[in-house]
Amino acid sequence: MKPFAYLRPGSVAEAVRVSAERPESHFLGGGTNLVDLMKLGVESPGLLIDVSRLPLDLVTPTDDGGLRIGATVRNSDLAAHPVVRERYPALSQALLAGASGQLRNAATTGGNLLQRTRCPYFQDTSKPCNKRAPGTGCPAREGAHRDLAVLGHSPDCVATQPSDMAVALAALDATVHLHGPEGERAVSATEFHRLPGDNPDQDTVIRPGELITEVVLPPPAEGAFSLYRKARDRASYAFALASVAAVLTVRDGRVAHAALAFGGLAHRPWRARAAEDVLRGAPATEETFARAADAELAAAEPLRDNGFKVALARNLAVGALAELTARADRSG
Amino acid sequence: MSHAPQPLGEPVVRREGREKVTGTARYAAEHHPAGLLYGRIVPATVASGRITAIRTADALAVPGVHTVLTHENAPRIEEPDDPVLAVLQNTRVPHRGWPVALVVAESLEAARAGAEAVRVEYDSADHDTVLTWDHPGMYTPEKANGGYPAVRERGDAEAALAEAPVTVDATYTLGGLHNHPMEPHASSARWADGHLSVHDSSQGSTTVRDTLGQALGLGDDEVTVVSEHVGGGFGSKGTPRPQVVLAAMAARLTGQPVQVSVPRRYMPALVGHRAPTVQRVRLGADRDGTLRVVSHEIATHTSRIKEFVEQAAVPARIMYASPHSSTVHRVVPLDVPSPSWMRAPGEASGMYALESAMDELACALGIDPVELRLRNEPATEPDSGRPFSSRGLAGCLNEGARRFGWYERDPRPAARQEGRLLLGTGVASATYPVLLSPSAASAHVAPDGLYTVRVNATDIGTGARTVLAQIAAAALGTPQDNVTIEIGSSDLPFGSVAGGSSGTASWGTAVHKAATALVRRLAEGGTVPPEGVTVTADTEEEASQDSPYSRHAFGAHFAEVAVDSLTGEVRVRRMLGVFAAGRILNARTARSQFIGGMVMGLGMALTEGSTMDPVYGDFTERDLASYHVPACADVTDLQAHWIDEDDHHLNPMGSKGIGEIGIVGTAAAIGNAVRHATGARLRSLPLTPDKLLPYL
Repeated sequence: MKPFAYLRPGSVAEAVRVSAERPESHFLGGGTNLVDLMKLGVESPGLLIDVSRLPLDLVTPTDDGGLRIGATVRNSDLAAHPVVRERYPALSQALLAGASGQLRNAATTGGNLLQRTRCPYFQDTSKPCNKRAPGTGCPAREGAHRDLAVLGHSPDCVATQPSDMAVALAALDATVHLHGPEGERAVSATEFHRLPGDNPDQDTVIRPGELITEVVLPPPAEGAFSLYRKARDRASYAFALASVAAVLTVRDGRVAHAALAFGGLAHRPWRARAAEDVLRGAPATEETFARAADAELAAAEPLRDNGFKVALARNLAVGALAELTARADRSG
Repeated sequence: MSHAPQPLGEPVVRREGREKVTGTARYAAEHHPAGLLYGRIVPATVASGRITAIRTADALAVPGVHTVLTHENAPRIEEPDDPVLAVLQNTRVPHRGWPVALVVAESLEAARAGAEAVRVEYDSADHDTVLTWDHPGMYTPEKANGGYPAVRERGDAEAALAEAPVTVDATYTLGGLHNHPMEPHASSARWADGHLSVHDSSQGSTTVRDTLGQALGLGDDEVTVVSEHVGGGFGSKGTPRPQVVLAAMAARLTGQPVQVSVPRRYMPALVGHRAPTVQRVRLGADRDGTLRVVSHEIATHTSRIKEFVEQAAVPARIMYASPHSSTVHRVVPLDVPSPSWMRAPGEASGMYALESAMDELACALGIDPVELRLRNEPATEPDSGRPFSSRGLAGCLNEGARRFGWYERDPRPAARQEGRLLLGTGVASATYPVLLSPSAASAHVAPDGLYTVRVNATDIGTGARTVLAQIAAAALGTPQDNVTIEIGSSDLPFGSVAGGSSGTASWGTAVHKAATALVRRLAEGGTVPPEGVTVTADTEEEASQDSPYSRHAFGAHFAEVAVDSLTGEVRVRRMLGVFAAGRILNARTARSQFIGGMVMGLGMALTEGSTMDPVYGDFTERDLASYHVPACADVTDLQAHWIDEDDHHLNPMGSKGIGEIGIVGTAAAIGNAVRHATGARLRSLPLTPDKLLPYL
């Protein structure tokens, strides 16, 4: 690890100002990923701007019945928040499906969104990687890629976004609020992460100097149920081979509203718009759910060793939608 | 305080437990003498080739960096018996991750920064790291690990297979596995007045002392190696590792104490691994299940610098009666790190294949798999014809079946569903040989009636201190509180390595011998002089005797799994092992050993996957986030039971080893349960969702 300076700013404005002045700086949240990457030599910031103690640690209702989540709210606190558990169960479940208890106690909402891929080549500075060192190549295409992308990848990068939380936020139509040198803006959680294209070093649409200040959830759709399901190699402390966040409202046996997002399949949480189009207004049956999943996954381009992810994602989606339908049936 | 001697077998708590849980027990990297320097290994980034240049100027310019050792300036050492220790001696790179330099600095951070600044140029050669059954470089060695003959033939296996009414012919594939003890390998070395003192995280510091002495040209009295507390080893610390040689070299060159620890990510390349194996098992049987022939052939890899042959076909030589048998090991040298011992080398891999094949045979015959095993119990050891000193397999199978509720099982595959979960149960046998290595011990009594027993045993978390105190106290006829045990230093009477499940037997025999000799001496009468009375004993003679008996521990594993039909995720709902391992000397620590082995077997079955990247010649999973050892959530209802054996052909305690048998057969029991749950017979581990999904 190279020597670095450390600063704890007193306000968002100061954090943003210093960040803009010092391009070699990084914001530090819980540090559960950034510190690892510094130890590995993948990241070598000259300055860490510790934003974890900024007054962004509250979860508060919005005027329209949604929820405002401060960027420094810890993952474990957010997962346990009564409103999140009751009204946004997919989010609580996604958080609890991630990492380990110790990591969730440290990790923040903003930091979770900005964690980087666990692609083994990205994490190994002795090997090429277009994301870490643009222009050096992507050995994962031919190398070890069982865990990597099947959707939206490019010749330059087949990495996956590892966050569970981000998948739930995408399905829940959350917005990510940013504060930067040019002011404030909000980005849909679905659009916050980007596809790799020919510049995979950019994970997100965040601009230099911008700080995530909060994530805002709209009020849950009326009568909707939501859940998060994740498949992994061991029962805890493993990244998703594939995961799904699903939100579903069923009325009179038909899908009134559906939102679906996949994790573990792409460079960003994969909002399944094509599947949603099939679902909307269709009978809430397994046949519909399978057709919807297939419509979305038709775009998949699996690599040599990760074709299983397509079947896995399909099964997860159909299972999740069927479970939500059963719940809707039970509640009446 | 107890005043009566406690009988062997009591669940005595670990003597050093308090120090460990309060953090005061010091491990090898927790010794910080004044002037300590830190060494950081620079690993090779090519899989095969030669170093053409090492540029160290940038590293030396890092503040705090003291020196950089390379093959150009490192002290020359005598050629060690183990080629993995011949580091920084020449330009050759035999595999990726091989140490090509050591940066020594005043802080770990500076050493690390220095290591990143070392520039190495290579003339790299093509490499080959892919094991295949029919690799052109494959040959049949003379011996497999452990000194076993590579090939044993009995009768005519091929003819018997051709004639057998029912046959199984199955090939099983196991990738590499990594030991990954909690405490990474570390050494702190210091030279003072011509004497080298080392704290090393090792399973046997006498061996480390002898190895350092040979390599550095020092006598036994010029080297002391201490391994007081060791945070696990699983075989990877059973032989000295490069960090101890590097620390000693750097300490000699700098004149200051030097500590070298192996970073977690460097461990797969530097501390051995369980070699991958491709195993073909062919069984031929009569329709009543009587085996006519057992054939077990294995293909494995070794490195370019060392022949290590995983002895996976050896257990087939003792497990089941059959008039015809063929067991063959073949190996190919590749540009890979040197494989080595990992918990139950040979048995863990080989019994996965053999016990899976037995299940396949049971399915083919329509015979219960427990019953099939019972029908093939041998009267004497099939390979040597020697009588068993004791053989508890049938007892373990019967007891396990009863406790597990095995006989209520519906044998049909894929016939039990609970929501989206498919349920199944499986069984497999376990075995591990009884080994004994020479050790020495001294027993001392002071005039106040307190005893001190010294032996260079190593407690790698097993509870060695505690059980040796029990053995000594029983032999001395005194409460354990009256016995002080000193272990973990090469200055003590020599002890064998904590490996091969032989520590307690080997050290315990020496302790028992010294203690009983002391009792005899005291029985001769007279008062104890102020300096006390000391008696020493060694077991060279006992250890060199070839037993007329075939001596093995046995066991049986029963597992119930739930397979998620949507995701292919397999979870073990409950697992039960029954073991016959002689006399159990400490019920508490023994249970830990059995259960620990079973958890490791669960990892082998379901979660622990290692990829050898053919492009870079590198293990892909090199940290504990990606190399998936079981998490607590994977380990639910786990039970270990045992059947005490009264075997007089073992050692004075009547014990067999217990450290490894828990991992033997576990993966087969789980794999067999997965087949019962799903109907899919998978022959490659670990059983992760990508492998299961195509069958669901």
